[in-house]
Amino acid sequence: MASATLTPGAAVGGHQASTEVRYNEDAVRLFVIAAVFWGVVGFLAGTFIAAQLAFPVLNLGFEWTSFGRLRPVHTSAVIFAFGGNVLFATSLYSVQRTSRQYLFGGEGVAKFIFWNFQVFIVLAALSYVLGYSQGKEYAEPEWILDLYLTVIWVLYAVVFIGTVMTRRESHIYVANWFFIAFILTVAILHLGNNINLPVSWFGLKSYTWVSGVQSAMVQWWYGHNAVGFFLTAGFLGIMYYFVPKRAGRPVYSYRLSIVHFWTLIFLYIWAGPHHLHYTALPDWAQTLGMTFSVMLWMPSWGGMINGIMTLSGAWDKLRTDPVLRFLVSSVAFYGMSTFEGPLMSVKPVNALSHYTDWTVGHVHSGALGWVAFVSFGAIYYLVPVLWKRQQLYSMRLVSAHFWVATIGIVLYITAMWVSGIMQGLMWRAYDSLGFLQYSFVETVAAMHPFYVIRALGGVCFVAGALIMVYNLWRTAKGDIRIEKPYTAPARVAAGA
Amino acid sequence: MAQENKGFSHQTIEQNTLLLIVLTLITVSIGGLVQIVPLFTIETTIEKVEGIRPHSPLELAGFNIYVREGCYNCHSQMIRPFRDEAERYGHYSLAAESMHDRPFQWSSKRTGPDLARVGGKYSNDWHIAHLVDPRAVVPESIMPGYAWMKDRPLKYDDIGEHLKTLKALGDPYTPEMIANAKKDLEAQVKPDGDTAGLLQRYPKAVVASYTGNSYVSEMDALVAYMQKLGTLVDFTKYTPKQLQQ
Repeated sequence: MASATLTPGAAVGGHQASTEVRYNEDAVRLFVIAAVFWGVVGFLAGTFIAAQLAFPVLNLGFEWTSFGRLRPVHTSAVIFAFGGNVLFATSLYSVQRTSRQYLFGGEGVAKFIFWNFQVFIVLAALSYVLGYSQGKEYAEPEWILDLYLTVIWVLYAVVFIGTVMTRRESHIYVANWFFIAFILTVAILHLGNNINLPVSWFGLKSYTWVSGVQSAMVQWWYGHNAVGFFLTAGFLGIMYYFVPKRAGRPVYSYRLSIVHFWTLIFLYIWAGPHHLHYTALPDWAQTLGMTFSVMLWMPSWGGMINGIMTLSGAWDKLRTDPVLRFLVSSVAFYGMSTFEGPLMSVKPVNALSHYTDWTVGHVHSGALGWVAFVSFGAIYYLVPVLWKRQQLYSMRLVSAHFWVATIGIVLYITAMWVSGIMQGLMWRAYDSLGFLQYSFVETVAAMHPFYVIRALGGVCFVAGALIMVYNLWRTAKGDIRIEKPYTAPARVAAGA
Repeated sequence: MAQENKGFSHQTIEQNTLLLIVLTLITVSIGGLVQIVPLFTIETTIEKVEGIRPHSPLELAGFNIYVREGCYNCHSQMIRPFRDEAERYGHYSLAAESMHDRPFQWSSKRTGPDLARVGGKYSNDWHIAHLVDPRAVVPESIMPGYAWMKDRPLKYDDIGEHLKTLKALGDPYTPEMIANAKKDLEAQVKPDGDTAGLLQRYPKAVVASYTGNSYVSEMDALVAYMQKLGTLVDFTKYTPKQLQQ
């Protein structure tokens, strides 16, 4: 059934035509380098602020190094600098191949986007450290930087959509549906959440158009869908291109792709209020948010199944290809955190989890396990292709990266589960006389060991990323490590 | 395949970029519109309570420092309607109480305690000592210290412009408030001075020589802001029914 209609997309990469069509790879290479660089910076920043929570002396007493100013540096570095550059690289790489067309606007525009995006990142990070912030989570840059990003984003939309529109394939491949939804929706969210009135046209300070409860709703409409469209729809585009490519199999189900796409983008937008359960947001909005969050479980798992089952007939490659292992594990983590998310959006569960580290752990199982792993998989796929090398320097090092990073994630999320649930329970604990059992600061002190474990998890994750940097560096140089290759075990007859 | 016999096939969308774009835009717009627009139109969204007023100029400067330092990364200002939170922090938070915060400071995380009703719970001196060196006051605290803030002069020459901007966005600052912004800001740190105008314009504003500096420091503003938090509404006047959204 699916194979016939999949043909246009199933020829992912258009082997048959790659000799005739010229693709731009220079800009993609730059984005890959930037992604790896910002990844390391962002992971380091995260590990540092994690250590600050365990050892507050690390705040150093300077205004520029306090947790409050550095946390946005971490979140922006990993989400927008690392994630953003990964999305630019993978989307601009795959859209050319799935459209059999050179980048719309040519190399100049793509490089313009590249350099300006990097400048934006540096300016944004500097502004937080120097004390300029709108104070909206994941949307901290002040108005002038928001305008700058808008220009970059519009150009990106033109390049991407222009390439799709001038495609030499009759069908738009499924990965590009997700990339288009990601680009358009992020534009809407960015504009909607950043309507601000500056105090002076020559200063950075501005005030936002909504206040109080409306400001909360707009922020979490934005914030949750930064997750839903930037970190999910965009990265699902990566999944739909790179998993089939690496596995050498077509996407599992065409029909599931269609259902996945439309239900995911429809339902995600509604989920924002689950960040505001039991707050002063009216109950009707909270109930809508919870209901749609629970429903969101279905398309999320539909997408996960579509990704993982793409390996049908190629499961053995998980043993021999650590790059594919990254890609498939990322989809498994996606499944895990998109189960946890709806669970946490149920109000009685949220009553316990909200305000605690459980939320932080949940975010990181998605961010490290899904977003970063699928990115690593795509980067390991791309570097040999873009640098015209036969293969990666070392598959064994990819495997080492995989295991070190996985241990890091496990340390991170289990520490946060324990500390989050424990703290939530301590806050509501009563003693036999009917008094609150713990003062607030006792619950802070109880977190300490888990904050240390979490920071260690971060160290593992950084170590894994550094292994990747070394591996990619040697790959780009054209070296091949002499090591025992991964070989498939001899087949044993069934029943033997 | 079944769909080949019907009038519509998803292939139509897959072959037409503009159609895909338009349908995507419609699909992603619905949820946001349904959830956001009614918050502006349903009158009970913000409870009708007495005492809510915009920030005094000094409190506003403190609010901006609170935002600048990212205090919301660790402190919530949103007490949920649970028994333990009521006992720990006080009456659950109303939407009205944050209606002049741009942006809202409800936060998502309590690495430190909720601050929605921290106003009046500790002395000014406690706040200053705590901000300068949190562990000198609370040994188990993991909060960063803000010693550098204590003696840093507050920049407030343009505080009137801030009020004007907020008025343009809909906050009820009167021309009188805007004209007196700078004077009111300075009056709030001079308990011996003439504070009648300030207190008439901004009832319950806490007047004190916070750090005792001869000028207005950033920490003066931050503590003045925190001392106001959660103090504006007199909850003895209202029944839960009256506070329903």
